[in-house]
Amino acid sequence: MRTLDSLSTTVPSAPDGPPDAPRPARQRRSPADLAFRGLLGGGGLVVLAVMLLVGGFLLLQAQRALDVAGWSFLTRQEWEPDAGAGHFGIAAVLTGTVLIALVAITFAVPLATGTALYISEYAPRRIKQTLISLVDLMAAVPSVVYGLWGAFLLTGNVVGLARWISTYFGWIPLFAVEGGDPRDPLASESVYTASTFIAGMVVAMMVTPVACSIMREVFSQAPAGEREGALALGATKWGMIRSVVLPFGRGGMIGGTMLGLGRALGETIAVVMIISPIFQIQPHILQLGSNSVSALIALRYGDATPIGISALFAAGLALFTMTLIVNFFASIVIARSRSGAASEA
Amino acid sequence: MPTLTPKHAIEEHTGMSTETLSPAAATPVPETTRDRVRSTTIPATAPDAAGTEVRRRTATVRHTDLYAGFGATVAALSLVALIYTQLAPFDGVLGFVVLAYVAFIGFYALLVSLDEDGPAVRDRVVGALVHSVGFLLLAVLLLVIGYTLARGWKAMVHLNFFTEDMSVTSPLAALDEGGVLHAIVGTLEQITLALTMTVPLAVICAVFLNEIPGRFSRMVRTIAEAMTALPSIVAGLFVYATVILSLGYDRSGFAASLAISVMMLPIIIRASDVVIRLVPGNLREAALALGASQWRTVWHVVLPTARSGLTTAVILGTARGVGETSPVLLTAGGADAVNFNPFKDWQNSLPLVTYKSVAQPSENMVARGFGTAATLMLLVLLLFILARLVGGRGPGQLSRGQQRRRVRQSAQDRARYARREASPVDIFDLSPAADQPAADQPAADQPAADQPAADQPAADGPAGADPGGHAAAGPGPRTAHEAVSRNDSEDRNA
Repeated sequence: MRTLDSLSTTVPSAPDGPPDAPRPARQRRSPADLAFRGLLGGGGLVVLAVMLLVGGFLLLQAQRALDVAGWSFLTRQEWEPDAGAGHFGIAAVLTGTVLIALVAITFAVPLATGTALYISEYAPRRIKQTLISLVDLMAAVPSVVYGLWGAFLLTGNVVGLARWISTYFGWIPLFAVEGGDPRDPLASESVYTASTFIAGMVVAMMVTPVACSIMREVFSQAPAGEREGALALGATKWGMIRSVVLPFGRGGMIGGTMLGLGRALGETIAVVMIISPIFQIQPHILQLGSNSVSALIALRYGDATPIGISALFAAGLALFTMTLIVNFFASIVIARSRSGAASEA
Repeated sequence: MPTLTPKHAIEEHTGMSTETLSPAAATPVPETTRDRVRSTTIPATAPDAAGTEVRRRTATVRHTDLYAGFGATVAALSLVALIYTQLAPFDGVLGFVVLAYVAFIGFYALLVSLDEDGPAVRDRVVGALVHSVGFLLLAVLLLVIGYTLARGWKAMVHLNFFTEDMSVTSPLAALDEGGVLHAIVGTLEQITLALTMTVPLAVICAVFLNEIPGRFSRMVRTIAEAMTALPSIVAGLFVYATVILSLGYDRSGFAASLAISVMMLPIIIRASDVVIRLVPGNLREAALALGASQWRTVWHVVLPTARSGLTTAVILGTARGVGETSPVLLTAGGADAVNFNPFKDWQNSLPLVTYKSVAQPSENMVARGFGTAATLMLLVLLLFILARLVGGRGPGQLSRGQQRRRVRQSAQDRARYARREASPVDIFDLSPAADQPAADQPAADQPAADQPAADQPAADGPAGADPGGHAAAGPGPRTAHEAVSRNDSEDRNA
């Protein structure tokens, strides 16, 4: 009271009635509120239960196959779970998955970065919203449509590029193609089809919008003061982007790419439609034959015995774990970055 | 942005500044013009010695840029055409395009470097690269959509494609027989079932995450975010192993919708969580301060504010769910006949039919596959356009119809207040004593707080505030919020 008096605010005279005392801050909730909170908590509990059920079931089912296979599950390449221990493992499919994802990222990162920069820095303001919608639409296109596009249109047109790369860069083991002879004009070109490379290109189309929308979000948050500072110091637009926008958005770029990678790892149908599945480690990305974990599940679920199903679950668990780790690091990178505090990813 | 290259800009700048600023700073403003200055008139300047000042161009694109771009295009096309037709045994469209593009960038850099310096050349080249990447992505998108529609057109022009199923049609039959009605029915039923299960649960969960913060909700959020990493095929495998193998039910549309739900649930929760988190805290606080209970706050303030965002989240999640093949592949079975009952017998769906059809050798089946894909694509496009029409607006930004409704409502409120003032109910026995000192105010408030529902007039006070509480936590704070959000968006634009 006295302190308030010292300010020049008039304090109303004390009311009649019981003297003022600190009231308990704890509020009593009405029954309706309690019921409402109960409903919300119940909803959260159900969701948690469903999620844990899925995760727990995945673990439980995978347990059996993992017990049978032991460490050979990580090192074997063939997939014959009915033949018992040592005859099935995810070495080949996991390598294939990672290679497809890496090819996809190689294509997606420049595309996503360029598009995000274009939308946030270069595009006229009138068409900006349209462009954002189009990128979102690209993320909503069903994967089976991308698969069609890859299998029917891209395969035929990429063969030339694949042959060219393998001819001139074949000395790098990654680009070598066994059985492809560039000097023989009659050699079949089918060895260049159904490869990791083509599958990766198609998956890149699905990764790009995911990465692009996060990058754009982050770029557009670059502080206007620093941008104007750079321009006022005489920087060109590119100088400003390089010295302000890109450093500011680096966390978002890495995080967005990793989120895209998470999607690339789990992609199924487009990959199945393109590759011809093999069960050995295929380090030559331009060559016919590849595989991925999700393709394995999609192709083998039907004829599987109980141990086969269990083995598929183990493969699914490995894929899930990998995706989880990637997403986890992505969110850490985004949250730690300067721009990440306000971003939605 | 003007690129400040020393050759052109700086002389202009210095010339400008000495001419305009220094006389204005030197001579005091005359008495007669003082009132004009106050109304932000341009201060008097010294008469221009060199005649009238020429208005400067502020456009960021200069004529020379256009000339350089045009010239580089022509030069690149000519050079590569020359190489292809006369010099080297090259062929292939892709190679032509790539070579022409590389040549274009080279020529463009060369042309720009004729009258700009290093940093400016780099700036222009990067600008060209960024533009072309942006357009490349758009071109790919249009190509994907256009290619599907173009190849699907052959099947889609036959009306029977949408009215018949494949139960009596052989794969080799002509396109005027058979159709994908079974897939359309299946997809619509499965997604409806999945949405019925997913949307209430996801929205409740998202509200829970935001309204009851604590250790438990943090754990739920972590788990839900982790589950967004679940590959869709694993969701399908889960339902396949539980419902079909363990519980022994046959494959059905319901099993497929379960698989889609498992896949969609974390996606929609996460998107709704983000949207609800964006609801400004001052709206919530305003509602609570006006005496609304928590559920009233959520129901009348939080959810309506987040409505467009929530709708967008749901529709985009639906688009993902409709297009996903792998969960359905394991669980729906893939029937060829129309089956309206999702709980019994196999069903089919658009992506599944696409996947199965294009794998067949028959030319007509491939055409049907593309037709199915095009139908699916159109469905997704429709959902997407719907999402854009409904959403794309931040929380609190109102559509025109909502604004009109809001205006009408506050007009009604005003009329109501006017009516009430015209026939004053003596709420606190205070109304004639309006000129009494303010010291009486709390004294009068005290009994009302002590015995809120004791006497009818006193209850009218809070009731007057309470409909105001939710209707206008409506007009009042929301318009304030609108101003805030508009400021925000302007800031972002600036």
